Amino acid sequence: MRDFATTVVETDVLILGGGMSGCGAAVEAAYWAKPLGLKVTWIDKAAVDRSGPVAMGLSAINTYMGLDGKVTMNPRQPERFVEYVTNDQMGLMRQDMVYDVARHVDSSVKHFDKWGLPIWKDEAGNYVKSGEWQVMIAGESYKILVAEAAKSAMATLGDKGELIERVMITHLLKDEKEDNRIAGAVGFSVREDKFCVYKAKVTICLLGGAVHVFRPRSQGEGFGRSWMPPFVNGSVYALVLENGGELTQMDNTFVPPRFKDSYGPVGTFFLLFKTPALNGLGEGYVGAYPEELKAWDPYAAAKPTPTPMRNYEMILCAKEGKTPFMMHTEKVVERYKAEITDPKELKKKIKMYESEAWEDFLDMTIQGATNWAAHNVDPMEKPMELQMSDSVFIGSHACSCGAWCCGPADLMPKEYAATFPEQYNCMTTIKGLFTAGCGVGACAHKFSSGSHVQGRIVGKAVVKFANDHKDYAPTVSDAQIAKLKETVFKPMALFEEKKGFTTQADVNPNYISPHNYLFRLQKIMGEYCGGWETNYGTTDKLLEIAIWKLGMLLEDAEKLAAKDSHELMRAWEAYHRSIVGMACAHTRLARQESRWPGYYYKYDYLKLDTNKNVFLNVKWDKAANQWSVIERPMISIL
Amino acid sequence: MPSFVMTEKCDGCKGQDKTACMYICPNDLMMLDKEKMKGYNQEPQYCWECYCCVKICPQQAMDVRSYQDFCPMGAASTPLRGSEDIMWTITFRDGRIKRFKYPTRRTAEGSIKPFDGFPEANPADLNNEFLLGEPDIMGVKELCTIKK
Repeated sequence: MRDFATTVVETDVLILGGGMSGCGAAVEAAYWAKPLGLKVTWIDKAAVDRSGPVAMGLSAINTYMGLDGKVTMNPRQPERFVEYVTNDQMGLMRQDMVYDVARHVDSSVKHFDKWGLPIWKDEAGNYVKSGEWQVMIAGESYKILVAEAAKSAMATLGDKGELIERVMITHLLKDEKEDNRIAGAVGFSVREDKFCVYKAKVTICLLGGAVHVFRPRSQGEGFGRSWMPPFVNGSVYALVLENGGELTQMDNTFVPPRFKDSYGPVGTFFLLFKTPALNGLGEGYVGAYPEELKAWDPYAAAKPTPTPMRNYEMILCAKEGKTPFMMHTEKVVERYKAEITDPKELKKKIKMYESEAWEDFLDMTIQGATNWAAHNVDPMEKPMELQMSDSVFIGSHACSCGAWCCGPADLMPKEYAATFPEQYNCMTTIKGLFTAGCGVGACAHKFSSGSHVQGRIVGKAVVKFANDHKDYAPTVSDAQIAKLKETVFKPMALFEEKKGFTTQADVNPNYISPHNYLFRLQKIMGEYCGGWETNYGTTDKLLEIAIWKLGMLLEDAEKLAAKDSHELMRAWEAYHRSIVGMACAHTRLARQESRWPGYYYKYDYLKLDTNKNVFLNVKWDKAANQWSVIERPMISIL
Repeated sequence: MPSFVMTEKCDGCKGQDKTACMYICPNDLMMLDKEKMKGYNQEPQYCWECYCCVKICPQQAMDVRSYQDFCPMGAASTPLRGSEDIMWTITFRDGRIKRFKYPTRRTAEGSIKPFDGFPEANPADLNNEFLLGEPDIMGVKELCTIKK
């Protein structure tokens, strides 16, 4: 096997991940670290300019209050946001953390504006809001701008600010003197033959979100056309669990209803254009099942209807055989024709709608545009199909999974404080390990702007932590590093050792390829844990089988093989995904209700249990291979 | 819709150690065949078709061909990304063409200085809740909180 040289970097603040929250963390950490002379080291698996789910761009900023009132409509306060988000997630939410995001989020959007992001404005300069919380943007270069700002901030630190790209993080370093304390991370470069060791006073893990744990709907070339990008592999969840930390609501996966196959976005069509979505009989399915939804009151009755309940209406409708669901983009044109009498004005209005409709796709899901063109469908003339996609772990969206984290000092209920070794905003239950964005659980609806601002919140918090723990030096022995190095490269060593046993390296009884490991995971998750294959339904019995099979899959992780460093990345991505899958299965088994029936439901508990208003948190004792699910109380701050 | 590289147009970024497409691909899919000096997508079924490679290619040697497991053949969305806007040419399967242009940024590339106009951080402020530029940048005088 090739020799991978070990490189060791010692730093104060280690930022893992370069998505929206990573860019927020880098800006803010650099700002506060500078006067203290602290060193900041920032790692990305890809290139920061186009990494993370905003790589392709976005057509809207989904979280904005308008605290200064300079919006075209709906200026909002954090209280109302907290109420909305709590209802949307069926009553379970870390309101202290949601409130914290809401009170800061406008500041990130104002920075984006200064940095040059084209935000839609009216003639008076007010931001164009398309809904309660959404601001429209021309966001093709959204990530590039946010990355440029973060890199520029890091550059102000001189040799105390370093960005290292193309490093896949595989493990966290444990401090050997202090229990439950993280002292950095390790990984490897996919560009150079390097084993990378980062020793740090404090670590922010922003490797959040996970797709491809559940099986995507397309499995040929379209395997990569998951709604959330295929490079998002849930390392943050896996790394917290592997180190004994606590995750919350890992059964809560988001299922986005989107344009079928292409996953073109729907938000702007619903909110801005008021586009009707109808079932196969041409009937509205929204609001069509009031009796069935009553079992989920009071949340089902909340306005707006919670996302999981809107999804559940689609599931009920599909079970009645009333598909396909169609997004009637052409009916918007018909409406304009009925409403606007001046032909010039009508022409202008339709032209603007056409341009904005295509922009919505081209700014963030280009395949949506090509899919229209490939089917010869002009959205001004014909509808296109909608479908619920595969289940994803995306704690920044209408989704609650993630780490159980410490909240802000002025807002966190005292009942939560005991779960944290020390009180720092966004610290996990492991000392010295922080997260944000998709990594923070029970803190939904952050989206891009909220993830960025939560990254900034954590960027400041870690500088405070590093400054408060000035005298701390990581205790990491050479033995720990050597052992990790052997573990990290084991898939390549195994491949080299055994590849000659068969005439065709792909089929070999001595190992499993990352691709096959991933397919096995997705088959188990899809068929037993409530994936689209079973119309999102599962039962205790099915989940027990899932856990049994996932247990063997995790054992087989020892036999993952990789022929090169790219495949080695795939091996570790797949392994992290399988830990996420196991956490999900255990939490789904423990939850004896169907809290979010449009995300997943249990046939044996097809109801909401209002007596069980608790968070379910999952932990993994890796050495003993024991999984446990514990309850944490839901405490309202309003 | 995996990305592909046009043989005639690709110059392997003139023998640099990595090509533009390798640099930018968020999923580490692009490779350089050093013998042929041509880039290629090593894992098409992991392609998100984000077009980052297509947009960055200095030779316009890259495009995307829709995922064949659900997309009929013959259509394309072709970008031309400038310093402040992007032009799209949409080609339908039946040959119809549509063109759209959208802004991308209002500042010069490389000009962002996020700390300009704000005072240097004061370590004493680590104990409060204000982030860079707050609260002024939000157009408010104080940070919202809930009195317990």
